[in-house]
Amino acid sequence: MGDEERKYTTVSIPKPLYEKIKKRIEGTGFTSVSDYVTYVLREVLASLEEEEKEEVFSEEEEEKVKERLRALGYLD
Amino acid sequence: MVSKPHGGKLIRRVAAPKTRERILSEQQEYPSAKIDHGRAIDLENIAHGVYSPLKGFLTRDDFESVLDHMRLSDDTPWTIPIVLDVEEPTFEEGDAILLYYEDLPIARMHVEEIYTYDKEYFAEKVFRTTDKAHPGVSKVYSMGNYLVGGEIELLNELPNPFAKYTLRPVETRVLFKERGWKTIVAFQTRNVPHTGHEYVQKAALTFVDGLFINPVLGKKKKGDYKDDVIIKAYEVLFEHYYPKNAATLATVRYEMRYAGPREAIHHAIMRKNFGATHFIVGRDHAGVGDYYGPYEAWDLFDEFPDLGITPMFIREAFYCRRCGGMVNAKICPHDGEFHTKISGTKLRKMIMNGEQPPEYLMRPEVYEVIKNFDNPFVE
Repeated sequence: MGDEERKYTTVSIPKPLYEKIKKRIEGTGFTSVSDYVTYVLREVLASLEEEEKEEVFSEEEEEKVKERLRALGYLD
Repeated sequence: MVSKPHGGKLIRRVAAPKTRERILSEQQEYPSAKIDHGRAIDLENIAHGVYSPLKGFLTRDDFESVLDHMRLSDDTPWTIPIVLDVEEPTFEEGDAILLYYEDLPIARMHVEEIYTYDKEYFAEKVFRTTDKAHPGVSKVYSMGNYLVGGEIELLNELPNPFAKYTLRPVETRVLFKERGWKTIVAFQTRNVPHTGHEYVQKAALTFVDGLFINPVLGKKKKGDYKDDVIIKAYEVLFEHYYPKNAATLATVRYEMRYAGPREAIHHAIMRKNFGATHFIVGRDHAGVGDYYGPYEAWDLFDEFPDLGITPMFIREAFYCRRCGGMVNAKICPHDGEFHTKISGTKLRKMIMNGEQPPEYLMRPEVYEVIKNFDNPFVE
């Protein structure tokens, strides 16, 4: 299998949906249905990931950082 | 709320104190490689999460994916290859090595992969030119013939005369949280502020909670403003012309690649990792000469619906006598005869000649700060 082929896989969508998308992308910058579907899926996944809450720092670390920020004059 | 780190997790790759102590006591036992200043800065940025989700220098799969698709091999947007080059490796895959800048061990690296690459292809893909007059292309052609990929742990940082102005992503995130900022626009700069910059920043600030000025400290060329001049100039601008607590400044060390559109995306990702939700992209961002169209970077953002930081495209500002203030081409209906464009070169020349620029181009307080330096320019 070629290197390019290894990086892509096939996903099935209903034919009417394919035709709908094909019509929609006429005259746009999208060169293929695959192109468009990839774009939309990336957008959807990104917004789902944004909703997942996860704190970047612990409370302990937050306090240490605040001390440094105060010492540097960023916080009163 | 502030942006999640790119890739979902803020990377921290600073060696714990005891680990660092042990590694340094055993440093003679490690194979090693010398790195340049730019790579030492890259290591710092990897270790503190500025380059999240990178945990080290790119392996071949990721490197090729970045060149060909502007994404890492897991599809995360990534446009600038962060790579370590060597002339001839004196170590093997699987080794742990130390990376030295001059005599200072900067990081330990776990060598996952050593691979060759095509310099011309690299240049063409990233810079869209193979013209050796382009500084980024010239840099690629001067690189060693092998790339080394693998994760790193930071041991030491280069001396930083601006340490008190350098905040790490975890620190800016805490700062934004303490200030109650949920939306933050970041502005990248390598210059002292003129009124055009101020106009662009305030236009953006109208729509968000806070403004994060993030000057890039790095390699300078003759005639550039010195870093301390830039910082002091912004401090006085904030004091006199910005609402209290509406803006903050922290520096980042970074080696410019001058890759135009690709680098604009990369800069946005860096600021996303600092917590910014928006990023100002102006005219010819990260460009040099006339290799890229003035607003070409704007189009490239369209290809990344999953970038996770919103670009704010703001056209070049100029002064219009009829409008009576700073404007841009979209909002000013008047002819060019009423316009004064802001030329950084002309401003620099005026200052060098001891001539105060008109107030509509540079705030007098900013000029005073610059004037008070014996020599504000790199020689």
